[in-house]
Amino acid sequence: MAYLDHAASTPLLPEVADSLAASLRASVDAAGNASSLHTAGRRARRTVEEARERLARAVGARPSEVLFTAGGTESDNLAVKGIWWSRRADDPRRTRVLASAVEHHAVLDAVEWLVAHEGASVEWLPVDADGVVHPEVLREAVERDPSDVALVTVMWANNEIGSVQPVRELAEVAHEHGIPFHTDAVQAVGQLEVDFSASGVDALTLTGHKCGGPLGVGALLLSRTTGCTPLLHGGGQERDVRSGTLDVPSVAALALAVDLATQRRAEVAARLVGLRDDLVRRVQDAVPDAALNGPVGSARLPGNAHFSFPGCEGDSLLLLLDARGVEVSTGSACSAGVARPSHVLLATGADGPAARSSLRFSLGHTSTVSDVDALVEVLPGVVERARRAGAVLAR
Amino acid sequence: MRLLAALSGGVDSAVAAALSVEQGHDVTGVHLALAETPDALRSGSRGCCSREDARDAARVADVLGIPFYVWDLAARFRADVVDDFVAEYAAGRTPNPCLRCNERIKFAAVLDRALALGFDGVVTGHHARLDGGVLRRSVDVEKDQSYVLAVLTPAQLSAARFPLGGMTKAQVRAEAARRGLTVADKPDSHDVCFVADGDTRRFLRERLGPQPGPVVDALTGAVVGQHDGAYAYTVGQRRGLDLRVPSADGRPRYVLSVEPVRSRVLVGPREALDVTELRAERPVWTTEPRALPLEGLVQLRAHGEVHECVVEADGAAGGAGGAGWRLRLRTPAQGVAAGQAAVLYDGDRVLGSATLAAAH
Repeated sequence: MAYLDHAASTPLLPEVADSLAASLRASVDAAGNASSLHTAGRRARRTVEEARERLARAVGARPSEVLFTAGGTESDNLAVKGIWWSRRADDPRRTRVLASAVEHHAVLDAVEWLVAHEGASVEWLPVDADGVVHPEVLREAVERDPSDVALVTVMWANNEIGSVQPVRELAEVAHEHGIPFHTDAVQAVGQLEVDFSASGVDALTLTGHKCGGPLGVGALLLSRTTGCTPLLHGGGQERDVRSGTLDVPSVAALALAVDLATQRRAEVAARLVGLRDDLVRRVQDAVPDAALNGPVGSARLPGNAHFSFPGCEGDSLLLLLDARGVEVSTGSACSAGVARPSHVLLATGADGPAARSSLRFSLGHTSTVSDVDALVEVLPGVVERARRAGAVLAR
Repeated sequence: MRLLAALSGGVDSAVAAALSVEQGHDVTGVHLALAETPDALRSGSRGCCSREDARDAARVADVLGIPFYVWDLAARFRADVVDDFVAEYAAGRTPNPCLRCNERIKFAAVLDRALALGFDGVVTGHHARLDGGVLRRSVDVEKDQSYVLAVLTPAQLSAARFPLGGMTKAQVRAEAARRGLTVADKPDSHDVCFVADGDTRRFLRERLGPQPGPVVDALTGAVVGQHDGAYAYTVGQRRGLDLRVPSADGRPRYVLSVEPVRSRVLVGPREALDVTELRAERPVWTTEPRALPLEGLVQLRAHGEVHECVVEADGAAGGAGGAGWRLRLRTPAQGVAAGQAAVLYDGDRVLGSATLAAAH
């Protein structure tokens, strides 16, 4: 088996699995609600606060800026909706959202919801052929009317084609007009250097299972000066912004995973860049007309490769590779399982057929050259078959 | 063999896939997403293609331990089945969309793609038998679906597998339950899957708009009522006519024919529905084309009765499958609608089918 879908979810780090197992085991002997006032509660709270400090240290944030959530989707929704509501409450003219056209659905659909239900307007910031938002594009959009912009949201790195955005420059443009800036850094943490404070962003989404942590836990880093109206109301946990009893074992495991992934990042990233470049070269050798989508070099996530295979349907390629033990993705998975042309590729100017013919190969901390070998060995035959099926579909 | 099992999310396709796995085949499950807006479609037992059905199909694949994918054929289904359905009604004919789906989607788009991807064939949960390439009725006469498969060519049938043809529906449900498939007691789907509430007349009105016209008594020529669109009427229909003038003899009247061009619906007594001579176009032989004339049995609608008949060549109605058919029935048929298929049987063996053009 070759697992080339780390961008969807990457294996748990062994240390994190041990930590989770130990804390779950400990939960058998002692309950612990981090909001309780007794000894057991204090013990749980201490674990949570140590996790908060550990996570904060790993990503250049202050502990008070860390809000634990149930994952990337919740963090994105909380940031987009919460900051929008707060900004509009302070000034009813602020209804416009500026978002890149290549955001993950957790941001896209949260924005669309605000448009459909709350009277927001949205301007999708165009990207270049590599999927990158240029600061001058943002500047032009802001300066059309800086007074009505509620927030700007641009992801740190794209989950499909791996484009790394100039987040610091973009945040500076927003800040010239006092506009808060959110970034979805789900794909970036553990692969790129992520420093919340140095980046200048006001809110940052991260999640556990993309960097060796558990599923179902994430965080929103939120600066102390950024207002954010809660989605969830209740016990007032997490600065009153995110109520709900904390999942102590998961929170601790998340912090450990982010900490370890960050410590090992430079070394892992360098290895992944080598492996990824090898993959790209060998795929292009095996299938000469395969077209690499997205940027090259340092402007790309280390573990990401993304190709269009002319004449093929992405879901045919996926089925054929799966049958041969190679696990890949056509992009971001959709709940219904129905393949749609990627909005990311369409935003880069690709046409419908190119967008439907694409496949993402994503590497992670457990990837080895044997994964690339397995892919390259079966790929030519798979592409040939998928092409025949594509010709049938086109009839 | 490497087989692609079409999993609708219902019990029949689940058991068909299970049997194929148990026979030692390398089976991959595929759910066909045919609705462009799955949320808007009926859910649960009323049809197919809802999210719930997709989930049920995925769970079947989980239990069987086979790979599972969803293939999006919504655009194709709309063009080849839904639009065709509406256009046929607009032309005064009564189409059978299940038959069209088998002809254009399941055993064309899906089968062709499967073969190109390296599969040896496609498995479905249809109730019909394939004996050495010959299509036969299911042993469960009530559930028999050979009628809607009679449009398939020998080439299509050679790559199709219908593992359920030798079983009754009750046996299929028992087999599903025995294997722990959660769809074992899921109700049967019926009606037209893409008509959300089963109200075909409203479905057509929304797409074709009101086209009012007279309802005319075929015997007297008198206008006996009004209609909103001739397309909403089917030959043989009695209910929903809303006639204001009672018939002379006080007996109920039936739709005898639909004339969309003049926007007329002709009605008359039941015996005027009787036909003994029919023409059918564009024949498809499920086996080697037979020499005409021949004697056989013909079925004129899904689950309809069977008539002994003689089939003669009708050169004017020919097509790729050879000459058209002129059918002489030994016993009169009633309410035969143009657009339905005339399916020819030899005993329980399907010989072929052609589309009914006109009745006399």
